Amino acid sequence: MERIQIIAIAASLLFLLYIAWLIVKGKLREEYAIVWIVSTFVLILFSFWREGIDIVSNMLGIIAPPNMIFTGAIFIMLIYLLHLSVTVSRLQKQSKVLAQELALLKNKEGKKE
Amino acid sequence: MSHSLAIIIPAYNEEKSISNVVNDVLATSLYKEFQVSVIVVNDCSTDATALIINSLNCVSLHLPVNLGIGGAMQTGFKYALENDFDYAVQVDGDGQHPSVEIPTLVSELIKYNLDIIIGSRFITHKGFQSSFIRRAGIVWFSLLLKILTGQRIYDCTSGFRVLNRKSLELVCETYPDEYPEPESIILFAKNKIKIGELPVSMSERQGGVSSIGFFSSIYYMWKVTLGIIFTFIRTNNR
Repeated sequence: MERIQIIAIAASLLFLLYIAWLIVKGKLREEYAIVWIVSTFVLILFSFWREGIDIVSNMLGIIAPPNMIFTGAIFIMLIYLLHLSVTVSRLQKQSKVLAQELALLKNKEGKKE
Repeated sequence: MSHSLAIIIPAYNEEKSISNVVNDVLATSLYKEFQVSVIVVNDCSTDATALIINSLNCVSLHLPVNLGIGGAMQTGFKYALENDFDYAVQVDGDGQHPSVEIPTLVSELIKYNLDIIIGSRFITHKGFQSSFIRRAGIVWFSLLLKILTGQRIYDCTSGFRVLNRKSLELVCETYPDEYPEPESIILFAKNKIKIGELPVSMSERQGGVSSIGFFSSIYYMWKVTLGIIFTFIRTNNR
């Protein structure tokens, strides 16, 4: 096993541990952790199985294997960012309704006193 | 027959003008056969607006976070609907809208059996006419709305509007958050709401800053254009 493989595996495992810790502490919800856990597993898989990158990029018809990694990573990041934008939009909608209800309720309470 | 009329004033940092606006509105609409309530929606102002409106003769709704003009207006609309008002008027907190025109707007709305009536600056071109660049923007939205709805609304960015029960129900359900005026017109048109326009003469703002600054005007154009087009597509597929 080469030095770079050991570094990559160690870094991936540390990252996985950190994600697990965040979930345990309740700072990260499981549904948002899925993508991180899956991508860490992919990283670990290719750290052990180095020829894998060449084999997969050959299969897809990509000449330079690193290009597959960059393209794949950027694609996943874009999709995930879009997912986050959708989440933010939903939260914004929900918090708007909550704020409005609160303003109306405060007014009703004020009248009673 | 006595109708109830909710006059909704959204206010964000309007400490200089808000008490004048509220008092003006109360003074001018009293002589009509309407039961008038003034509702000020304080959109989480950072100045003395909250204190001032609490001391005025009006219903004050305080939002705990800043929602922007659309979210604030919708809060007022929800109040009006919950409390069974027959009509709701939107009047800006900066004193641009002439409150003397409110009774005329409401009676014209009833007379012509409309669901919403817009006080417009550009039919007779009297009073404050806004800057050239803003008028250009308004012409563009007006044209876009004409293409999509077939109806020409000259002052589609005017916030000076009277809504009846039917349109009130609609805006409580859906209302754009930011810069809601042009976007809401397409919403009205697609929901078969009858829209009318009446010439009014507006004045320049008394205090505060416009919700649209110079640099955000480009963002404003894009945001509202996209909003209009997507509202059109969304309501078409319903």
